Amino acid sequence: MTDNTLLSVDDVVVDLPTPRGNLRAVDHVDLRVGAGRTLGVVGESGCGKTMLSRAILQLLPKKAKLSGRVMFDGQDLLQLSPEKLRKLRGRSLAVVFQDPMTSLNPVLTIGTQLIETLQEHLELDDATAKKRSAELLAAVGIPAPEQRLQQYPHQLSGGMRQRVAIAIALSCEPKLLIADEPTTALDVTIQAQILDLLAREQRRRHMAMILITHDLGVVAGRTDEVAVMYAGRVVERAPTPALFKKMRMPYTEALLAALPKIDAAPHTPLPAISGRPPDPTRPLKGCSFSPRCRYADGRCHNEKPALAEAESREHQYACFHPIETGVGASV
Amino acid sequence: MLLFVARRLFYLIPVLIAVSLLTFFIASLLPGDLAYVILGDQATPEKVEALRHDMGLDQPIWIRYFGWLGHVLQGDFGRSFRTGQTVLQAVSERLPVSFELMILAEILGLVIGVPLAIVCAARSGGPFDRLMTGSAFGMLSVPTFLSAILLIYLFAVELRWLPATGYVPFGEDPLANLRFMVLPALTLALAEWPGIMRVLRSDMIATLQEDYIALAKAKGLKASRILFVHALKPSSLTLVTITGINIGRLIGGAVIVETIFALPGIGRLLVSAINTRDLIILQGVVLLVAAGFVIMNFIVDLLYAVLDPRIRHGHA
Amino acid sequence: MATLELSLDEDVAAAPARRVRRLGPLFWLATGWMIFVFAVAIFAELLPLPSPTDMDMLERRAPFSLAHWLGTDGLGRDELARVIYGARISLVVGLCAPIIGLIFGGALGMLAGYFRGRFESLVVGSMDVLLAFPPLILALAVTAYLGQSILNLTFILGVLSIPAFMRVARAATLTLARREFVIAAQALGATHSRILLRELLPNVMLPLLAFFLLGVAVIIVVEGALSFLGLGVPPPISSWGSMIGEGRESLEVAPRLAFIPAIAMFLTVLSFNLVGDTLRALTDPRQGAL
Repeated sequence: MTDNTLLSVDDVVVDLPTPRGNLRAVDHVDLRVGAGRTLGVVGESGCGKTMLSRAILQLLPKKAKLSGRVMFDGQDLLQLSPEKLRKLRGRSLAVVFQDPMTSLNPVLTIGTQLIETLQEHLELDDATAKKRSAELLAAVGIPAPEQRLQQYPHQLSGGMRQRVAIAIALSCEPKLLIADEPTTALDVTIQAQILDLLAREQRRRHMAMILITHDLGVVAGRTDEVAVMYAGRVVERAPTPALFKKMRMPYTEALLAALPKIDAAPHTPLPAISGRPPDPTRPLKGCSFSPRCRYADGRCHNEKPALAEAESREHQYACFHPIETGVGASV
Repeated sequence: MLLFVARRLFYLIPVLIAVSLLTFFIASLLPGDLAYVILGDQATPEKVEALRHDMGLDQPIWIRYFGWLGHVLQGDFGRSFRTGQTVLQAVSERLPVSFELMILAEILGLVIGVPLAIVCAARSGGPFDRLMTGSAFGMLSVPTFLSAILLIYLFAVELRWLPATGYVPFGEDPLANLRFMVLPALTLALAEWPGIMRVLRSDMIATLQEDYIALAKAKGLKASRILFVHALKPSSLTLVTITGINIGRLIGGAVIVETIFALPGIGRLLVSAINTRDLIILQGVVLLVAAGFVIMNFIVDLLYAVLDPRIRHGHA
Repeated sequence: MATLELSLDEDVAAAPARRVRRLGPLFWLATGWMIFVFAVAIFAELLPLPSPTDMDMLERRAPFSLAHWLGTDGLGRDELARVIYGARISLVVGLCAPIIGLIFGGALGMLAGYFRGRFESLVVGSMDVLLAFPPLILALAVTAYLGQSILNLTFILGVLSIPAFMRVARAATLTLARREFVIAAQALGATHSRILLRELLPNVMLPLLAFFLLGVAVIIVVEGALSFLGLGVPPPISSWGSMIGEGRESLEVAPRLAFIPAIAMFLTVLSFNLVGDTLRALTDPRQGAL
């Protein structure tokens, strides 16, 4: 194991009690993120990726039950006192949410929302904080930063707002940034700009990043490693190039096939994955993907495949019939 | 912004006119009585006729209305035939008392209600929240005059800490003034705080579910800052509306409280005008109070716009 | 994606709140009290009570005893009997006034919500004007002009409650008029009056009745306040409010004379509020159950 591991998530389980029964949002997930490295977490809506990010941040809803270990920078976050956690958040551990219209407070100015973070963690005085805020806004590519400080979120465009959210996240030089679907709520034309901004800042600050998305296309070329999640579990994990070249999970294959290709003939139908993710309150006996999988057989419906390794230790998958090996791999 | 104000003003005028119409017509239900009442036991048919003619009471009602309205717009609300004071004089004497009472009551109501609302919202569903919500509900079923009796019994009769009745103007002796005002203001505040607490609490609970609160937590801000700055400010809109609406209800409550605690305010002026059948004072005061009420709501609308920058800039 | 998690949060939070809305023990206690007070007020003559008007000057302000369960008041009259007969007055005004509001306000509201247009603006506008007056002051002013009597009091309080009922009826009608069953009836060629009476009225009635109970609570309080000041029911008729007003004079000597009717009033108002509030939550057509 590399000694550079900044974040390690060990056997994390998140259960949510609902009127219809217990909902297991995150089902025994392991993850590692090295310092300065980017991990992409990909999956459909409802696969548990946002719950996972909340679990890492320790910001789960009140009724949620969390078990496992989350080691960040040498400390187990589940054992830390609320006060110590609070000091970590925003400072070493930062987050960018999906929709900047709702994640920024509409009745406070941009300046206030930037300055308060700086003052809370770095204890800067007003003048310095204001200067730093303007610098941060400029660094994320917002023109006329001093004026923006007095403005309110609704006076900015969607892309600008997300840049502000990124500026806030980066303001205290975090070691790890979690970006939860940072571009989903934005125009397609802006998406690339925001992703480039994130990548650039990450490289410059040698910051670790977790990029959560439902779009495989987003993680291509922007992440070092990818973890594919389905129904609360990690079903395939690999360094990014390996994933795209030699994916093993039928689910990953289906995800990739569902992306529109620029060189496809016009009106090519997109092979959408039929069916829906399973009801999380009624877990399946076998593999969660089996009802929708082309290759599923009896064993898939009855046994749950564990994460196994492919040729290299870094490439893992959970399937009895991985692609390109023909015969079912041993589990 | 100016357009916003102008539109609101436009709506205000017809309402004020309607209010004046209603006041006048209620007052003129029994015009004959006015002359009788004034003359009292000196009334003879000829004197009544003469007085009616003098006062213009025998003219058609429309002419009387516009005559009265004309006077009113020039600031002449009439003169009490009992005391000889003009309505405006009587009102301006009493207004500071009622004003002080209502402001103190509203402040006390906020002082009790707002912190309770914040704590309950932060710990919603917990035992403290349930206790306070239940108490607020129960408190809403306690009429103002009942609270007054209770407070008088506790503090004036049993403990003898505070006086039950009486008044001293603030200018004369601030401390004594406050001593006299505590019980009446507290009585009204006890009727105010449940409404304030309930509304603010549910608004804050909704606000606390918002994404920007989650982000504020993720930024590692202190809980106090999140509650008081991030959550309270968006919810303060409802607080302002509630406070504004309350002022109207306070006017009604003030009538009772002033009478019970013998405070020389507008409420008591009204009640004594009723008791002495001083219809001119009655008419003038009702108009002033109603108009004040309407204008108060108008100001609340404006404040709303100030607090929510989205409304100011034409969004939302 | 994020919305799934957020709605889970709401789901989890909403469930306990909904459970409280079920008719819990408090609801039944409140209903029980309401029925009890009614029964006692209606059948007062049949109860083995001393007359509420018999004065016994030797037994003034007497404490609790077997002869007088709740003691006597300042004029030696039996307190228990007075409370029960006082309930009659408070309940009569408390029920009849909101009925006026219910009938006229409900009708106006339904018509306004159904026909819309200028009629609606007129109705809403005039209600706004009525609402511009602080209600207590208007009630005081009108009783001053019309004279004090139970009838006048009930009348003016009823009129004052019309705007509130109008609003509830109109809001309910606006919501319901867009539902399929109304559009279906219109498609079948039903006349306006048929739609109003057969389709809308039964559904609007539910929230109106819930609001009616809340209205009763409010009217009991307002009547109580007016009578307390001596400006409500004319003496020698006494409601709970007048009794409390009289009891105020004896606060130093016999506070129970004020507090006994006060407790009776509080419990009754609380019960009506509880039942009305619970029913309102259950029948609000905006909560889209139907």
